[in-house]
Amino acid sequence: MPAPIRLRELIRTIRTARTQAEEREMIQKECAAIRSSFREEDNTYRCRNVAKLLYMHMLGYPAHFGQLECLKLIASQKFTDKRIGYLGAMLLLDERQDVHLLMTNCIKNDLNHSTQYVQGLALCTLGCMGSSEMCRDLAGEVEKLLKTSNSYLRKKAALCAVHVIRKVPELMEMFLPATKNLLSEKNHGVLHTSVVLLTEMCERSPDMLAHFRKLVPQLVRILKNLIMSGYSPEHDVSGISDPFLQVRILRLLRILGKSDDDSSEAMNDILAQVATNTETSKNVGNAILYETVLTIMDIKSESGLRVLAINILGRFLLNNDKNIRYVALTSLLKTVQTDHNAVQRHRSTIVDCLKDLDVSIKRRAMELSFALVNGNNIRGMMKELLYFLDSCDPEFKADCASGVFLAAEKYGTDSLTSLHVTAVLSCVLAGSYVRDDSVPNLIQLITNSVEMHAYTVQRLYKALLDDISQQPLVQVASWCIGEYGDLLVSGQCEEEEPIQDEVLDVLEGLLVSNLSTPVTRGYALTAIMKLSTRFSSVNRIKKVVSIYGSSIDVELQQRAVEYNALFKKYDHMRANPNPNIAVITIHASNSTEAEMTDFVFQAAVPKTFQLQLLSPSSNVVPALNQGTVTQVIRVLNPQKQQLRMRIKLTYTHKGSPVQDLAEVNNFPPQSWQ
Amino acid sequence: MSLTTHFPLCFLFSLFQMQFMLLFSRQGKLRLQKWYVPLSDKEKKKITRELVQTVLARKPKMCSFLEWRDLKIVYKRYASLYFCCAIEDQDNELITLEIIHRYVELLDKYFGSVCELDIIFNFEKAYFILDEFLLGGEAQETSKKNVLKAIEQADLLQEVRHRMKSK
Repeated sequence: MPAPIRLRELIRTIRTARTQAEEREMIQKECAAIRSSFREEDNTYRCRNVAKLLYMHMLGYPAHFGQLECLKLIASQKFTDKRIGYLGAMLLLDERQDVHLLMTNCIKNDLNHSTQYVQGLALCTLGCMGSSEMCRDLAGEVEKLLKTSNSYLRKKAALCAVHVIRKVPELMEMFLPATKNLLSEKNHGVLHTSVVLLTEMCERSPDMLAHFRKLVPQLVRILKNLIMSGYSPEHDVSGISDPFLQVRILRLLRILGKSDDDSSEAMNDILAQVATNTETSKNVGNAILYETVLTIMDIKSESGLRVLAINILGRFLLNNDKNIRYVALTSLLKTVQTDHNAVQRHRSTIVDCLKDLDVSIKRRAMELSFALVNGNNIRGMMKELLYFLDSCDPEFKADCASGVFLAAEKYGTDSLTSLHVTAVLSCVLAGSYVRDDSVPNLIQLITNSVEMHAYTVQRLYKALLDDISQQPLVQVASWCIGEYGDLLVSGQCEEEEPIQDEVLDVLEGLLVSNLSTPVTRGYALTAIMKLSTRFSSVNRIKKVVSIYGSSIDVELQQRAVEYNALFKKYDHMRANPNPNIAVITIHASNSTEAEMTDFVFQAAVPKTFQLQLLSPSSNVVPALNQGTVTQVIRVLNPQKQQLRMRIKLTYTHKGSPVQDLAEVNNFPPQSWQ
Repeated sequence: MSLTTHFPLCFLFSLFQMQFMLLFSRQGKLRLQKWYVPLSDKEKKKITRELVQTVLARKPKMCSFLEWRDLKIVYKRYASLYFCCAIEDQDNELITLEIIHRYVELLDKYFGSVCELDIIFNFEKAYFILDEFLLGGEAQETSKKNVLKAIEQADLLQEVRHRMKSK
């Protein structure tokens, strides 16, 4: 039987394959050869065969038939065999495999081997993928090695212990004694891994955390030595001594200093020192600064130190390196709640990051921008954010629109109305989440922004042509079309405007669509009715309205019946509508759990007006928005003054009488001009 | 927006951990995979496939970090190879870049001006070096010299033809 081909030769051969099929054929052929070699229990070439199998596994081919062979290699006396065997185990034998546990004994033996490199292999494998059972069985061995004076083994044992603790947290206690003098080590490898181990223990147990707080002075000393010591060729990275160890110490200090005044005070000076003295020209220095900032922000640091930290982040934002800008934004996002004013100072730089090419940076800048919006900067910020919303990628639109809308709601003022209407429209058109109960607010906002009516109704109409599934959008759009339909068809819009019948088609479509909720249908019907005074196709509208007079939806039916009544009884007003008379229909609804009975609506107007209240549809307003009371008011306004009204509602709710007074001053100008 | 996925619970155990490291070529061919969390072969393949696709789609001007599922991905391209690490939310991305760089330096010193072919033909050595530098996803040795010395000694042991005896 010829010797199995060498690993490198196999790799060379496989790479000559020109197609996937050719490669698969080569692999299958070699696997067959390897299988028969395994069956023959060939000790000499087992290592070579497993190595080849690992190569093929990396290419994506199954290699499970080599699992037991890895175990045999681990049990071999040859170092070469063990090296490949353990590698194979780490690649093929994770804890989900049944044979995994069979490794335990081998690892145990190798942990006690006379050669440290064999011990190292065992520690590495255990620390990388040991299962909970294995960790339980071997924790004692690891603990022993944690106390050895051999730093090569000690550092590995420390990380192995970290893995054991992650898998079996109850075993943490047993490693406590061995941690006693870990930090007295001079060897950086041991120091680094010890700090990692201590960090893991402190994170998992408040008792451990309290116990290890006494190490703060020692940690501070070690860190200080690293910074102050001269050039150390062994640990130097671009002029900084062992940045990995520095970062880990800073992280442990963070955990120890959190919620503890004394510890925080003890580390204050060293943090200030690192923050001011670390070289920032390369990534390595910035990595340390970054960790320092995170620590300063998390512990109980004095305000001067906090400001120092935020300023570091501010400088990061201006760094040419986009990685640095990215971490700055991430960190600022974390601190914006607690140090709001300090972060505000960097607002313009943050807003500039909205224009960054990188998606991750843009997202963070957006989140941070929203966090920074307040009453003072709303105008400027809104402009930037709307621009961003308009030009950003689809994946951002929903979140951005949501944020814009919330900002407008929270900080909007009357003087910013048109800006807000744009904001609101953008949100609604972005199809983003807009709460159902904010529809009246949106309508209010739009009403107040007179100069935007034409633009608004045009955009909303266009949106309806594309999509009628988003109910808030549809409701607002319907209302606008009903109210400003004349602007929609009159040529006031820049683009090609629809004709009346097209508009009515759209509204009727809403009535019949099963995407429309009953509330939406109500909006649509009312809008159609309102267009009877704006459009000329009155007969068509009359027909639609009369059809819905027998709708099974009670709400629609009621509206339709009343609108029908308007057609019948008040049609004479339509032919020669008295321009001095405004007809107002009120709809009263009740979202509470109990109905309102004896409902009476009263209104009073200024002296120059005359008011006529027609009979209400009912004086009971059903609970839970299950119906409305409608009432028609006719207002005579010969002097064409701005309509103002004082209204009074009285009703009985849950047995008690209720009275509500209000003033209504925002009637649309068309109602009195 | 991140996709919700059902990740095994092990992913949630610690705050600072490197979960895995992948090396792949510009054509998406895997050259090294080191997993520090237990996952089935199927899951590993799925993650690898998706992540490779995501990273290869990144433009040169973009930063080295991206959010992917619940993890942070730190990647850097050296010549024709992408080095890609998955770290957890609380981890320091910038120092992870230094970890990657240190590994590249070690490979470079060992192979003498390393290139992708070295990693392809000596993949087991690449793993050995990684395993002397990181253990369980954490750096076990911060001195370049010490890592290379250990590898050198271990390589010498391989040359020893006679059997070793255990204690």
